[in-house]
Amino acid sequence: MTGLLEAREVSVRYGSLAALDGVDLCIHDGQRHALIGPNGAGKTTLLNVIGGSARPQRGTVRFDGRDVGRLGPAARARRGINRIHQRPAVFPTLTATENVVVAALPRVIPRRRWWPGGRRRAAQHLAGPLLDQMGLTAVAAVPAGHLAHGQRRQLEIAMALAGRPRLLLLDEPAAGLSAIEVGRLVELLQALPRAVAVLLVEHRLDLVYALSDTVTVLRDGQTLAAGTPDEIRTSPLVRQAYADGVA
Amino acid sequence: MRGEVIRRARGGIAALVLVGLVVAPWVVDDYTTSILARTLALALVGVSVALLTGVAGMPTLGQTAPYAAGAYACAVVGSRVSDVGVVQLVVAAAAGALLAALTVPLVVHARGVIVLMITLAIGELVVIVLGRWRSVTGGTDGLAGIPAVRPFWGFPALASDQARYLYALVVVATLIGVVLVLLRTRAGLVLRAGRDDETRLRASGHRVAVHLSGAHIAAGAIAGAAGSLLVVAQQYISPADFGFDTSALLLLGVVIGGTASVGGALVGAALVIAVRDWLFGVLPGHAPLVLGALFVATVYLLPTGVNRARGRLRPRDAPAHEPVAHDQATVAEAHR
Repeated sequence: MTGLLEAREVSVRYGSLAALDGVDLCIHDGQRHALIGPNGAGKTTLLNVIGGSARPQRGTVRFDGRDVGRLGPAARARRGINRIHQRPAVFPTLTATENVVVAALPRVIPRRRWWPGGRRRAAQHLAGPLLDQMGLTAVAAVPAGHLAHGQRRQLEIAMALAGRPRLLLLDEPAAGLSAIEVGRLVELLQALPRAVAVLLVEHRLDLVYALSDTVTVLRDGQTLAAGTPDEIRTSPLVRQAYADGVA
Repeated sequence: MRGEVIRRARGGIAALVLVGLVVAPWVVDDYTTSILARTLALALVGVSVALLTGVAGMPTLGQTAPYAAGAYACAVVGSRVSDVGVVQLVVAAAAGALLAALTVPLVVHARGVIVLMITLAIGELVVIVLGRWRSVTGGTDGLAGIPAVRPFWGFPALASDQARYLYALVVVATLIGVVLVLLRTRAGLVLRAGRDDETRLRASGHRVAVHLSGAHIAAGAIAGAAGSLLVVAQQYISPADFGFDTSALLLLGVVIGGTASVGGALVGAALVIAVRDWLFGVLPGHAPLVLGALFVATVYLLPTGVNRARGRLRPRDAPAHEPVAHDQATVAEAHR
């Protein structure tokens, strides 16, 4: 059985530093996969390679059976790989609704293809329920730049979902959120459509265990261990890595 | 609530200005009327500059290039083919769009100050070509004696300055209306998003280069149409109408007016041109000096202005996800 995403033998070097050294990763449709490891283990680099904003020196990335190694982030987004950034990336002068509309446009299917404004209207229809789902209806007309950090995070998730993703890359989504906001985030992520596969990079292990069904541990650019959350939790190797890597 | 009031006030002011512009030719003398007609043409080029600089985030010094292409195309067509205004407008807009399309590969992959330099070079090259290609352009002597335009088949030729001014006013108002409508569509929304954060737009799957190319070509068409209005107003054109001072003046006007709004661009362009023409009388020979000083002052303030509006001044691959920016003022705000 082949996966939705298959990364093989991926290596990325920055000068003499090997950020990734022959990493394999396979994600199936609907799988919730977490990537953990100490700082500098190469988690974000791997996310960049999969999202298309970094090119590996060696290795292949296949998505949905096709080699996407030569495609940039935009082309990969059109194929269904969407990303949430460590710092929420939204369009500050556009309203929350407009943000979602813009994110929805490339993948929206208008009812009447050649009707003027059809795409926009279809995207607009998508935006309302998504904002509602994220609890942003009250601020739908507020420029995104005026939203609080937690709201921007929720908006970014709405934008990612508007792009009808098949694989969602989450880069430390809980960074900078309050405890209440983190709880809400976990609920939102648990409520994601079951068909969407997720690759989550996160430092907080409680979130990892709550959200994922498979965990890969990276260390120094290599795969240290992979397994279910329970296996990882009890692995002495992983404990050792965290004891070394994190103070 | 407050937004509503401001919007209404703005609409009221716009209506007043429009009424003023309509009655102007009966109030002022013929010479001023013809200057006003020329100013209208320049203001329309200013709109195209605002479209690129403010909405799409590509600061440009080269909109004189499609402006000149449109003007010369219109002059040649007007002298040799047809004196019908609609024909001239379409030909001029097509010429401007064509020139813009040809320069797309040079412009859309660059950002910020680099765009300024490239567009400046394009504008200067066009002026040089106009000076050298004597068989078509008349060289530095320009083209004179272009017959008066008739707006549509069956209409009389517009013999008076007033009539030509009103023709220009109708065309400019119509085209600005079209631009304002288009900016409310998907195209305008995506352009504004790209100005905010190009990397983010790409991450959503948008083809940013395609959007920018479209904006560049549309701005070229607008500037080309403005060129045809210049021909109508002056019945004479020469390369001197399209020099660096014109593009610098337009960019200055647009920046002062607040780059992101079409209305601001119009006010800014009109203001700068009025200052230039007024200074021309008060301080003969020193107008360029004063405008140059104004330009330096504005450019000195530009980093704050351009940052928020007009995000493309950051290097291409720098992380683009700064939290926003309510602490960064636009140039317009700094002026208040």
